[in-house]
Amino acid sequence: MNAHAAAPTEAHGHSGWKTYTAIALILFALTALEVVTYEVHDGSITGAIASFVDPIFILLLVALSAAKFVLVAAFYMHLKNDSRIFSGTFVFPLIIAVVVIVALFTLFTYNRGLQHIF
Amino acid sequence: MTHDAHALHPPTATGLDSRKLAIWIFIGSECLFFASLISTYVIYRGQSTVGPFPNQILEIGLVTIGTALLLFSSFFVVLALNGLQHGKRGQFLSFLGLTILCGLFFVGMQVYEFTSFVHKGLTIHTNLFGASFFTLTGFHGTHVSVGVLWLITLFIQGLRGKLTPEKALNLEIAALYWHFVDVVWIVIFPVVYLMK
Repeated sequence: MNAHAAAPTEAHGHSGWKTYTAIALILFALTALEVVTYEVHDGSITGAIASFVDPIFILLLVALSAAKFVLVAAFYMHLKNDSRIFSGTFVFPLIIAVVVIVALFTLFTYNRGLQHIF
Repeated sequence: MTHDAHALHPPTATGLDSRKLAIWIFIGSECLFFASLISTYVIYRGQSTVGPFPNQILEIGLVTIGTALLLFSSFFVVLALNGLQHGKRGQFLSFLGLTILCGLFFVGMQVYEFTSFVHKGLTIHTNLFGASFFTLTGFHGTHVSVGVLWLITLFIQGLRGKLTPEKALNLEIAALYWHFVDVVWIVIFPVVYLMK
């Protein structure tokens, strides 16, 4: 790829107002869902929803957080439309980071049990 | 990219601007930095032998507002960049100003929270929770503060008319850093405050 080939992607590859606004609203909704999930787990909200949320509380928060992370990286950081080199530069260390977190978590909880962590 | 911009920054082997590649490499290294801090916090959770403990001291009310404002600041900064790239000075300056205000609120929220925790007996020396909590959120808060200062310098340049559409990459690089600070908080918020 040369400089002249890269230029149009960098100049025109970004999303517009509508996309940015839609992403902002989705991010706000996902944050609200996170807080509702917490309130259900905390016992502030009871009922049928509690029996659904409680067993998957951690999984639900991780999924919501991951969704927000991907939306910001893809649309606000423009990775969706920008050069793949930038995506690789970000995603490769991110994978190592996730592996580090999972490896350390596994290593230190092996003899303790999860109840000491969550 | 205009002819002037090409004259300022000669073509590179990758065809990409070196400064933009540099900020992405920096962000990649920051991923590993925050991964180590988050791991430490999670591993030390539940290991404190003396209080205060997370469920006794952490409250999500104010932090949720701070989280929402940090998310909106990411929205505002992309609109500021959009405005600068299209030569809309009013849009650029107003949304950059809003981004800075959101950042300042977040830093203020964190200072208030830290102060109230110290008054409740939790310091960095109290227990493992205090040490890992203040280290993790303190480093994040420092990153937010640096981001706010960076954006303020660009805002001043914009007011003086020195930040033109040809130099939009200057704001784009700062915005990438700002978004990264936001995504780090997207991870910290549930890990620290919701899974307490």
